[in-house]
Amino acid sequence: MSVDRRRFLKIAGLTTLAVASGSARKALTADAADSTMATPPSPPLTAQRWAMVVDIRKCLAAGDCRDCTLACHRVHNVPDFGNPKDEIKWIWQEPFERVFADQEYEHLEEALKHAGVPVLCNHCDNPPCVRVCPTGSTWKRETDGIVMMDWHRCIGCRYCVAACPYGSRSFNWRDPRPFIKELEPEFPTRMRGVVEKCTFCEERLARGKPLACVEACKHKALTFGDLEDPDSEVRALLREGFAIRRRPSLGTQPEVYYKL
Amino acid sequence: MYDTGKIIAGLLVFLLVITLPFWYNLATGKAGYTPELERPTDARECVRDSAYMAAHHMDLLNVWRDQVVRQGARFETGSDGQRRERSLTRTCLGCHASKERFCDRCHSYMGVQPYCWDCHIAPEEPRP
Repeated sequence: MSVDRRRFLKIAGLTTLAVASGSARKALTADAADSTMATPPSPPLTAQRWAMVVDIRKCLAAGDCRDCTLACHRVHNVPDFGNPKDEIKWIWQEPFERVFADQEYEHLEEALKHAGVPVLCNHCDNPPCVRVCPTGSTWKRETDGIVMMDWHRCIGCRYCVAACPYGSRSFNWRDPRPFIKELEPEFPTRMRGVVEKCTFCEERLARGKPLACVEACKHKALTFGDLEDPDSEVRALLREGFAIRRRPSLGTQPEVYYKL
Repeated sequence: MYDTGKIIAGLLVFLLVITLPFWYNLATGKAGYTPELERPTDARECVRDSAYMAAHHMDLLNVWRDQVVRQGARFETGSDGQRRERSLTRTCLGCHASKERFCDRCHSYMGVQPYCWDCHIAPEEPRP
């Protein structure tokens, strides 16, 4: 035998070292690779029926606050064309008497009359926009009731704009890109000829984040939660006080509630 | 037949002229041109094998789009056991960092104009 004991031990030692350092390096680089991938998401927020409760009194008290609109429009790349004709809106303020035209009467409380009330897509249980869409680019998610949009599929016929009794849908008459002040790279923009609206921050819920408007509201006027869950925050709010919905007589079953 | 010589000569010249691009390519060797795509330097597994991706990445992206938007299925676990987000801008461009030197090079060569970037925002171009 040409290999003596001393030599054998040397070779064995070196081999072990080489193998160990190899696998260690592999483990290290694998770790590094993982960390550069999209950050592991927190568990998605899910519900059987998403709904929102807006506390009008808190909004009234906040005066000119527009935090919800600003936050939503920033994270969703909503353009600002600077004129009401081309305006794109996801969540915005309307005077009470226009939001609740059917509640309006001559001697309406003075503070309410011209107060700004935040309005958004109502994510109706029975959405008329979905019924009229010829391409199926808007639909109600069976899992959680969000009225979704697939901007890839929208052909811009604007039937939904006509069908929505709440004016929650906006049409891109012009290319919106140049009118977005600060592009949010995590979210797509839309293109000319596409309808858009609030999607109840579907992309944020999937990453376990609350709605942008709710998060931005420092007056805690907006609350979202699962309407099917009796222990949810929205159910508690609805239980404890009177709330109204926009144009309930139309039978659309809106899921945005306004607490008075 | 009258003017046989002229006609045949004319035809030859005509043939030569209309096949000129082929001769030119043969002479200069530019016919064999294929665009050079920038590969990620830290070679990690792609979401599918390279041959499939080269031929069918557009189909995969369409499937991903529908799964994400219409079914809300944002994540998948690859054959290598890795969990990935079905996302053009996050996953694909996460490795193929330069749209200009990966996507565009081939698309311009092939004369394809995908409309992904009409809406989706390409990450900042890393400088080489």
